[in-house]
Amino acid sequence: MRPDDRRYMDSHEWAKLQGELVVIGITDFAVQELCSGNEGDLVYCDLPEIGRRVEAGQTFGEIESVKAVADLNSPITGEVTEVNKEIEDHLEILSQDPWNKGWLIKVRPDAKSLEHLMNAAAYEKHVAEPH
Amino acid sequence: MQATTLHDVHVAHGAKMVDFAGWRMPVQYGPILDEVVTVRQRAGLFDLGHMGRLSVVGPDAVKLLDRLVTNHVAKIPIGAIRYGLVCREDGNPLDDLLVYRTGTDDVFIVANASNKDTVLAWIQQHAGGSKVKIADHTSELAMLALQGQGSQAALQPLVPDLDLGTLGYYKFGFATVAGMHDVRISRTGYTGEDGFELYFPDAESVRIWKLLLEVGAPHGLAPIGLGARDTLRLEAGMPLYGHEIDLQHNPIEAGLSFGISFKEEKGDWIGRSALERVKANPTRTLVGLATDGKRAPREGYGLFDGDDEVGRVCSGAVSPTLGKNIGTGYLPVDLAARLKQSGGTIDMDLRGKRQACNVVDLPFYSRTRK
Repeated sequence: MRPDDRRYMDSHEWAKLQGELVVIGITDFAVQELCSGNEGDLVYCDLPEIGRRVEAGQTFGEIESVKAVADLNSPITGEVTEVNKEIEDHLEILSQDPWNKGWLIKVRPDAKSLEHLMNAAAYEKHVAEPH
Repeated sequence: MQATTLHDVHVAHGAKMVDFAGWRMPVQYGPILDEVVTVRQRAGLFDLGHMGRLSVVGPDAVKLLDRLVTNHVAKIPIGAIRYGLVCREDGNPLDDLLVYRTGTDDVFIVANASNKDTVLAWIQQHAGGSKVKIADHTSELAMLALQGQGSQAALQPLVPDLDLGTLGYYKFGFATVAGMHDVRISRTGYTGEDGFELYFPDAESVRIWKLLLEVGAPHGLAPIGLGARDTLRLEAGMPLYGHEIDLQHNPIEAGLSFGISFKEEKGDWIGRSALERVKANPTRTLVGLATDGKRAPREGYGLFDGDDEVGRVCSGAVSPTLGKNIGTGYLPVDLAARLKQSGGTIDMDLRGKRQACNVVDLPFYSRTRK
């Protein structure tokens, strides 16, 4: 079971409330799809600048593996206040700990609600469906 | 969705399976970059059961194929193989092929999985009253490749009646392999390394796959997926249908003239006059792109000379052999020549961000032949 202290998008990003901010990352499933358990297959992660506006459902960055590039989609509308700079040089963090150390950005949301996103149980069901 | 007979063996080996040209195929067993290194330094085993395998046999076989294929089939010695393409009247290819001259009136063809049905239908459509028998062997034959400098040592113990050292590049023979008689063995591949491709009854697939890995283990033979295969062929400058060549990209501008015969004695063939015009006046040329930047070229990325979009990326990969990110793309002939000479760069567009790429000749990699 994946953490139920946060909400999920069907494109495999997670969002977690942290005070006035929303922390955004990608799930273990997303990482697995990109690199098939081989952390060396992740080659690049493009994250936005601090201060940039992100829109719910819109791309805020890209993550690249040896064979594919995937969009990073924002679960929420708001302004980027922090970026996890460590990820760029240490993509293995995403394989090792996508839930905590592997966070990508923090956003000050326009509206502080994650109700439009899936809970952990719904996300489990989503990833269990055949792809 | 089709699957090769080895599907469950791949899954048991931990392969990640993907859909490729209508087939469930292993894209990787472990890290893709490690698999590339395995083939460059030791040896890799590939399941190529998805590739199309056809034969055209009969008194008119060679004559028919010389009308449909760009190379000069009548001139291929028996026991030799040539690269060629099947083009439409407009010179654009329906597929690229390996053509094996098995006998005077006997030709074996390996086509891409995605185009096999098209090629088969095209040959049948043009066979008219020709005295030929056209057959599809894809489901009855297994196809495996051993690629890498350890291939010969890995395979030889299973082949008692043929010294593989006597089999030249782009030649083939028939030999006994692990008790199976008359197995077609060719010194061919799609990696830029020395290696072999084997064709044998599909029912033997699982036994032979396991035996090869066992016998080849001391030589470092390991299973390799389609992900590494794509990087290997790109490093070696080999085109992939649907990327470097397709119905909008002709083989002349792709740099494949070695597979096209304009000799009078070949006679007329479909696409000849269109390709003669391209040859006389090419407008673009396929080039290599190499970048030390962080991003790898990817299919579809725009290529910019200043503010002008001058081309698009056809294929791209992270190349462990070169330690760079590499790709291919078409550029106007004059621009390509100027950039190659000056060492100038072209910009790859990443959603508004630009990354400089050097324009280089293909291939990126070629092994030193003995």
